[in-house]
Amino acid sequence: MRPPAIGVNAARFAALYRAPPIARAGPACAVLSPAVTDMVIASAGAAVKLARIDDRPQQPEQETLRVQDLEQFRLEVRQWLQDNCPESQRQPATPEEQYWGGRGGHFPSDDARLWFEHMRDRGWTAPEWPEAYGGGGLDPRQARVLKEEMKRIQARTPLYSLGVWMLGPALLEFGNEAQKQRHIRAIVNGEIRWCQGYSEPGSGSDLASLQTRAEDRGDHYLVNGSKIWTTSADKSDWIFCLVRTDPAAKKQEGISFLLIDMASPGVSVTPIELISGESEFCQTFFDNVKVPKENLVGELNQGWSIAKALLVHERKLMSELGSDSPRQQVAPTAAAREYLAFDNGRIADAQLRSDLVDYDMQMHAIGLTHFRCFEEKAAGVQSPAPLVMKYLGTEAEKVKSELLLAIMGSRGLGWEGDEFTAAELDTLRLWAMSKAMTIAGGTSEVQLNVIAKNVLRLPQS
Amino acid sequence: MALVLNEEQRLLRDTAREFLDQRAPVAALRKLRDSRDATGYDPALWRDMAELGWASIILPEQYGGLEFGFTGLGVVLEECGRSLSASPLFATAVVGASAILLGGSEAQKAALLPSLAAGDTTLALALEETHHHRPHHIAATLERGDNGYRLNGHKCFVADGHSADHLLVVARSSGDTGDRDGLSLALVARDAPGVRCQRTIMADSRNAANLRFEDVAIAEDAIIGEAGAAWPLLEQVLDRGRVALAAEMLGLSREAFERTVAYLKERVQFGVHIGSFQALQHRAAQLQADIELCHSVVLQALSSVDDNPQQLPLLASLAKARLNELAKRVTNEAVQMHGGIGVTDELEIGFFLKRARVAMQLLGDTGYHKDRYASLCGY
Ligand SMILES: Cc1cc2nc3c(=O)[nH]c(=O)nc-3n(C[C@H](O)[C@H](O)[C@H](O)COP(=O)(O)OP(=O)(O)OC[C@H]3O[C@@H](n4cnc5c(N)ncnc54)[C@H](O)[C@@H]3O)c2cc1C
Repeated sequence: MRPPAIGVNAARFAALYRAPPIARAGPACAVLSPAVTDMVIASAGAAVKLARIDDRPQQPEQETLRVQDLEQFRLEVRQWLQDNCPESQRQPATPEEQYWGGRGGHFPSDDARLWFEHMRDRGWTAPEWPEAYGGGGLDPRQARVLKEEMKRIQARTPLYSLGVWMLGPALLEFGNEAQKQRHIRAIVNGEIRWCQGYSEPGSGSDLASLQTRAEDRGDHYLVNGSKIWTTSADKSDWIFCLVRTDPAAKKQEGISFLLIDMASPGVSVTPIELISGESEFCQTFFDNVKVPKENLVGELNQGWSIAKALLVHERKLMSELGSDSPRQQVAPTAAAREYLAFDNGRIADAQLRSDLVDYDMQMHAIGLTHFRCFEEKAAGVQSPAPLVMKYLGTEAEKVKSELLLAIMGSRGLGWEGDEFTAAELDTLRLWAMSKAMTIAGGTSEVQLNVIAKNVLRLPQS
Repeated sequence: MALVLNEEQRLLRDTAREFLDQRAPVAALRKLRDSRDATGYDPALWRDMAELGWASIILPEQYGGLEFGFTGLGVVLEECGRSLSASPLFATAVVGASAILLGGSEAQKAALLPSLAAGDTTLALALEETHHHRPHHIAATLERGDNGYRLNGHKCFVADGHSADHLLVVARSSGDTGDRDGLSLALVARDAPGVRCQRTIMADSRNAANLRFEDVAIAEDAIIGEAGAAWPLLEQVLDRGRVALAAEMLGLSREAFERTVAYLKERVQFGVHIGSFQALQHRAAQLQADIELCHSVVLQALSSVDDNPQQLPLLASLAKARLNELAKRVTNEAVQMHGGIGVTDELEIGFFLKRARVAMQLLGDTGYHKDRYASLCGY
């Protein structure tokens, strides 16, 4: 029985492979296994099913967005952005121009406030989160369209937020209803700024060895210990922490995931200065801090699996820094035009030209691979690609920064003062920061360990 | 979804792999090499490949083609890379077929494509004249003669040059060696008077030849495209060839890599599997990361042939440059990680190493394509 109405290529293809093998192709087809033939039939069947779905009016539970719908959505988004994104918000934001929300957050300008409020009101500070908690309720492809359209006009990220990027997705997955109600909307609305309390002085790559204790005291946990490299702890309202709740268990099995209000008595913070001159991160101390039991996320002693899920979001975020950088840096090609001598349309310095093309090719390949990850996810195809992206993306950022310094020569080495342009000064600071990207969120070496173990399944020593 | 294979393409890949495993594994190439086979591939294998539709994947239905798209051809090439299968697939079904399809007149297409599709006619592109890829560095001449043209000159590194039925010869109608203008593409029977052919034995045990043309008579209707204006056509054909080689090198690299990873899990030294050594783990993980990038690059380049030809030059150079480097790195690491056995002829890894070097040189080495990519980017 030949199924009707399959795509013309599939039909021809199926016909070629489904004819009696020996008669058609002699020995060549004799090697085709029955499994393969079944697949042909299965594929033809799938095509029929698809065709039927397409013929029917859109079913609400089907949730399959057709291409036209997506294009319609794109036009709407484009118009909406046109109407709602102030002109001044359509260019890359310097660090000072970013809005991070929180109790102490201030808007760098009225336009930034307006832009944030417009986006917040549509839930588009967290486009993919459920509308029930204030999110935008978009499906991944719509969210991608929004991102693309924002990028097209260089619209700024309206709200920079670890809550949106890291904690939120984990809470939506592992939090209870009360926690979602309380925290998710506050994140979408930019009311609460979060920081991440994982690393400790003695526990970096070996995160599971962490020592900060949380003891059960009946109606609350009593937390003692310290966290380090806590980015923006001094500006944050709440911290999501990994704490040890069972010192006797195997190290991964005695860890819990706890939400702590930074205003609680016993929490203190000391900033640490970085080689970039900024002091983005802090050491955070917990001295007999009382934390209500309702702030435990997930089960007691099950924090490690939440931490791992959250790390996936963190690494994805970091892997996209290069292609989707919120902090727009000068593009190396543009810098080359400005700072390098050209000879007959080519960069005269052969080494720099070669380095630049290596970088551009790498970024081209990384961009395509991000897109492949997205398409594979949408198509439900398993792939190791997402696991290699943090390593690739952050290493590429370092290469880019070195390349920019090399292209700018001594103009790229100015530390401060009016003799240098803002872009030059920023380039140097970002160069220093780029060194941190292959350390934060799991070092490059740890990423390679993860690939060796989880992708290549190499034996562990 | 250009970057995810559809069901039909996956099916094509799976059947190709199964077929090649049985009919043309690396051992078959070894046999061709050791028996000093005169043709350099197994004609019966090629007939069966043609029966499976491989010779006609990109050809339109009206000429007996499968019209399955360039990505379809790419997945088959990737599988051929895995098994290092020698066949006219690249020279005939990719390069030759593309030249006729894109540049041929209706009459030429009607005359040639059906027999190409059926696998009855094989072609070879005679392009290079020096030991590096320089597609417009052409000194061979095509001059007006009594009844048509006369062809003179020499060619080297012609894939399938000694076995193909017809040669597609790039020659100059006007201008100086090095000009893009003035080039022509002529179809010449390999056994035509004045054609001399010398097979060259190359590292990869596959087909290549040096050719000499002395006053070879070329009929008017044997010119593909416009005489003296073949460059744009040639570039398109070469880009398709480059993408095809990239797909082959992706398969080759994956296979060499997978065999190496398997060895890391099998070989024991110091009482443990060598795959537990972090020095080797990290190098393997870096190769995996590079393979992921190259996978995306190849898929995008393949799909651009049909879907976005304006992007093809950039993507073809990206793909060829990146896959050249991947194939070099993977095959070198594969040998190193096998230790002593890695440098024996008995282990098949050496065949991957050698084919990689030839594929890397064909239609442009890394330097050539980095330079072209940079120029296309405007620097
Ligand atoms: C900019 C920045 C922001 C950060 N923000 C936060 C934050 O907000 N919250 C937070 O909790 N943490 C934060 N961190 C901390 C970060 O997660 C840790 O720095 C990181 O996990 C590495 O730990 P470590 O610094 O102790 O280095 P170590 O683990 O001591 O590593 C030192 C070196 O040893 C290598 N090494 C370690 N183990 C292995 C191994 N098994 N195999 C091979 N090599 C190995 C490492 O790769 C590295 O090169 C931040 C870090 C940076 C740089």
